[in-house]
Amino acid sequence: MNGTATPEPTEASAPTPQPPLDWRFSQVFGERGAGEDVQDVDIISAIEFNKTGHHLATGDRGGRVVLFERTDAKDHVSRKEAEKADYSISRHPEFRYKTEFQSHEPEFDYLKSLEIEEKINKIKWCQETNGASFLLSTNDKTIKFWKVQEKKVKKICEMNMNTSNAHVNGGPSTHVPNGGILKPGGLALLRMPVVVTSQETSLAANCRRVYAHAHDYHINSISNNSDGETFISADDLRINLWNLEISNQSFNIVDVKPTNMEDLTEVITSAEFHPSHCNTLAYSSSKGSIRLVDLRQSALCDTHSKLFEQHESAGSRSFFTEIIASISDIKFSMDGRHILSRDYMTLKLWDVNMDSGPVATFQVHEYLRPKLCDLYENDSIFDKFECCQSGDGLRVATGSYSNIFRVFNCGAGDSEVTTLEATRNPTRRQAQNPARPVRSMTRNVRRENTGIDANGNSYDLSTKLLHLAWHPAENLIACAAANSLYMYYG
Amino acid sequence: MAMVDEPLYPIAVLIDELKNEDIQLRLNSIRRLSTIARALGEERTRKELIPFLSENNDDEDEVLLAMAEELGVFIPYVGGVEHAHVLLPPLETLSTVEETCVRDKAVESLCRIGAQMKENDIVDFFIPVVKRLASGEWFTARVSSCGLFHIAYPSATDPLKTELRTIYGQLCQDDMPMVRRAAASNLGKFAATVEQSHLKTEIMSIFDDLTQDDQDSVRLLAVEGCAALGKLLEPQDCVAHILPVIVNFSQDKSWRVRYMVANQLYELCEAVGPEPTRADLVPAYVRLLRDNEAEVRIAAAGKVTKFCRILSPQLAIQHILPCVKELSSDSSQHVRSALASVIMGMAPVLGKDATIAELLPIFLSLLKDEFPDVRLNIISKLDQVNQVIGIDLLSQSLLPAIVELAEDRHWRVRLAIIEYIPLLASQLGVGFFDDKLGALCMQWLEDKVFSIREAAANNLKRLAEEFGPEWAMQHIIPQVLEKINNPHYLYRMTILQAISLLAPVMGADITCQKLLPVVINSSKDRVPNIKFNVAKVLQSLVPILDQSVVDKTVKPCLVELSEDPDVDVRYYANQALQACDQIMMSS
Repeated sequence: MNGTATPEPTEASAPTPQPPLDWRFSQVFGERGAGEDVQDVDIISAIEFNKTGHHLATGDRGGRVVLFERTDAKDHVSRKEAEKADYSISRHPEFRYKTEFQSHEPEFDYLKSLEIEEKINKIKWCQETNGASFLLSTNDKTIKFWKVQEKKVKKICEMNMNTSNAHVNGGPSTHVPNGGILKPGGLALLRMPVVVTSQETSLAANCRRVYAHAHDYHINSISNNSDGETFISADDLRINLWNLEISNQSFNIVDVKPTNMEDLTEVITSAEFHPSHCNTLAYSSSKGSIRLVDLRQSALCDTHSKLFEQHESAGSRSFFTEIIASISDIKFSMDGRHILSRDYMTLKLWDVNMDSGPVATFQVHEYLRPKLCDLYENDSIFDKFECCQSGDGLRVATGSYSNIFRVFNCGAGDSEVTTLEATRNPTRRQAQNPARPVRSMTRNVRRENTGIDANGNSYDLSTKLLHLAWHPAENLIACAAANSLYMYYG
Repeated sequence: MAMVDEPLYPIAVLIDELKNEDIQLRLNSIRRLSTIARALGEERTRKELIPFLSENNDDEDEVLLAMAEELGVFIPYVGGVEHAHVLLPPLETLSTVEETCVRDKAVESLCRIGAQMKENDIVDFFIPVVKRLASGEWFTARVSSCGLFHIAYPSATDPLKTELRTIYGQLCQDDMPMVRRAAASNLGKFAATVEQSHLKTEIMSIFDDLTQDDQDSVRLLAVEGCAALGKLLEPQDCVAHILPVIVNFSQDKSWRVRYMVANQLYELCEAVGPEPTRADLVPAYVRLLRDNEAEVRIAAAGKVTKFCRILSPQLAIQHILPCVKELSSDSSQHVRSALASVIMGMAPVLGKDATIAELLPIFLSLLKDEFPDVRLNIISKLDQVNQVIGIDLLSQSLLPAIVELAEDRHWRVRLAIIEYIPLLASQLGVGFFDDKLGALCMQWLEDKVFSIREAAANNLKRLAEEFGPEWAMQHIIPQVLEKINNPHYLYRMTILQAISLLAPVMGADITCQKLLPVVINSSKDRVPNIKFNVAKVLQSLVPILDQSVVDKTVKPCLVELSEDPDVDVRYYANQALQACDQIMMSS
């Protein structure tokens, strides 16, 4: 939608109200060389754009957070000049590596005899202030609040007690500070340290607060409130409410732990605040339901104000029904009107005003349905795929196996579906399809209107695309394939 | 020419350390900024030190916080009030940093300086600061500006006043909820400086906007504004403008807002006066006492006494008492606990008859509550009810409650009741105490938990103080001394501790005759821990005892201990011997 989506000759007749997006490769960070092994610690485990989309953060299994910033938006002048020089130059968001820091370290809980991994589970950006970025990062147990700021390098070049210690010895000083005139008498010799600011800058990440010891189970989500002062953290059984400024106290607002753990049938899988209503939050469960909670009603939100769930018809129930119903991720749309949810097989879009059923359901990888038994055997069925929605709310995306992700158009009656592979050439696999002319591979993205498997049976369960994020304002998707961060624009 | 600047040397170090890499040294220098300023003199402080501080404000929060604090009292060092404005620039920058405590301190210091500045200096220097902050790019600056208006406004010229009011109105509608919250919480202070005519129009319309904010967090701060504004307005305006808002808030959708109302309501009653209180606020309060949300009921229950105090006894009995009855059997233990901690205070308000007829049954039911905190809270305020109805009516129910708490399986509960024993003893009198509680006090000395034994020993001392040495001689000392034969050394140690606590209260004679022999005997104990505790106790007894006794009894015992095979025993024995010598020397 940057004016780059030139109509595609081969698909010009697509019956969609908006032109379908032509997805292209934009950038890759940490690309894996041929034959290079991926280190487990380098695998990306979280991706998040900030509110404006000028910054992007990724977290990995090694507890590091890497920050990227947009290049084109920052260099206003050069871009304008570039546009003047060649108006047709295509502009799409580009990012550059900004900095990285070690957010979490492996720990050991001696009381419970538990290892705590350093893996970053989620990152959330907070309100920017004074030119510094702020973000929350969490592993299984501990949330940290980071400030990342660019500082001009300063050097102290004159001191009272430095090398020429003439004044201390009492001898007349030959060295005149600041070019001023040295008056007789000791007092005049006292001077303030002179600090010289150089043009060099350095980026420093400081941990401002640590919110620890509030979760007995693994934290799966964190989410900021629109009030700018609170956030929630959710684990398998509880959701806690924190004030950003107070790290030694949190309030438990949702607790689904049964008195007897043997009665446990459902766990919390994801939780998110409404983008603008400070009193509304949604959380999803392993049974496939989404609950909307109104924080105004009571201090302990054990009762939901709305419940969204879809029951499988009795006939199609199988052993796997409950497992694949488990929701791995939910996201509010930017306007807060819709909630997007991802379960193992589908992506569902819910209208918060309609709890009878989803307004749209998208099949992500229907060709795997016959294979559920194998997927269960090798635990793939428990993979937690994330989902995301474009800022304009028109499209949704989620990942699958073989490092592919799919973008769906959610306009009514529209069946625009794009399958992309996280490589430099997102359409490579489709191009291998002999029905397609090889020549089109550089330009075309295969678009399907049917729900059949695009790639035959050649899916690879070891390469799964779990994490992805949509730029808040533009059609740009950042996604993680193992240790590499790929970006595509449309 | 320059001489050997011995006195300047520390100052030079102090100045250099403003930029030291070690944060503790920087902090130290900042804390002694006034010393540096005195050395530099007023002019150089203005021209060099202050600009230096303005430029070097990217330090750790701890240092910035100290800087903000120091600058607030810096007027004397820059040459007095006429130069006060040079302090504004560094504080202005500090009030934009992202750490809230630094900003708050900077604002506090700005206010402190502004309050001393001359009127035309306020116009020339202070108001521009306020305006710059209020239009700051980042919300941090705008948040800070909200706390400065009440200083700036009184000195402003009329056009400036209009501008300031307009700016404040804009801040109340800022995009950032943080700014609106700051504006809401500072509205009362600002309004207090605004003229009546503008108060009723502009300020009230700002206030109205805040009370309808989407953000719960803003609305609940507006509740606080109700009381502040209410006190500024004339009673009839208050009833017309504030009362409906309070009544609305008391039925707000958000329990947090209702919680705030419950906490503040009695103050609001003072603001609106007795008549509207009866007509509107009593029903509102009754609703809050019966709120669905336990947190709201906790807040409301905790204010029941304060609220009743501003009502007539008749109204309290008619409207509030029925709710109190309900709350005493509330499903939430925390509500009952909050009620129990204040309900005793209602007795003086209601008077003797109503207390006996209405409150006593509630006291009694709370005393039997299954939750120990509830019972403890009743017991802790016993003196209040004793003043009204006397203890006799309660004592029968009191005893089982106390005994049960005394034997509670949670040691913290036992600890809490021990702390109230002296209070109970003074209220119940010697007779009752001897019959019923004496045995309990002895029993605690042999509790399994150290903290309880420790508290029990302390308790004996306080009882001895309360009832006097003669009573203690009869009812405490024999029983305590008997326990020194306990087979377990930890219990023997408790007795030694009790002895050292009781000795000063009992006086020299009793200590010498009764307590000392027991201690001396214990020096033959087989457990080294007892022996070195004997040394410690003896050391504590020396000041009380006669010199002759020290020489004849204490010292030989210590000398013997100082040759003990155990190193710790020898150490403490020697310590005690040294103490003996010192006391001898000084006397």
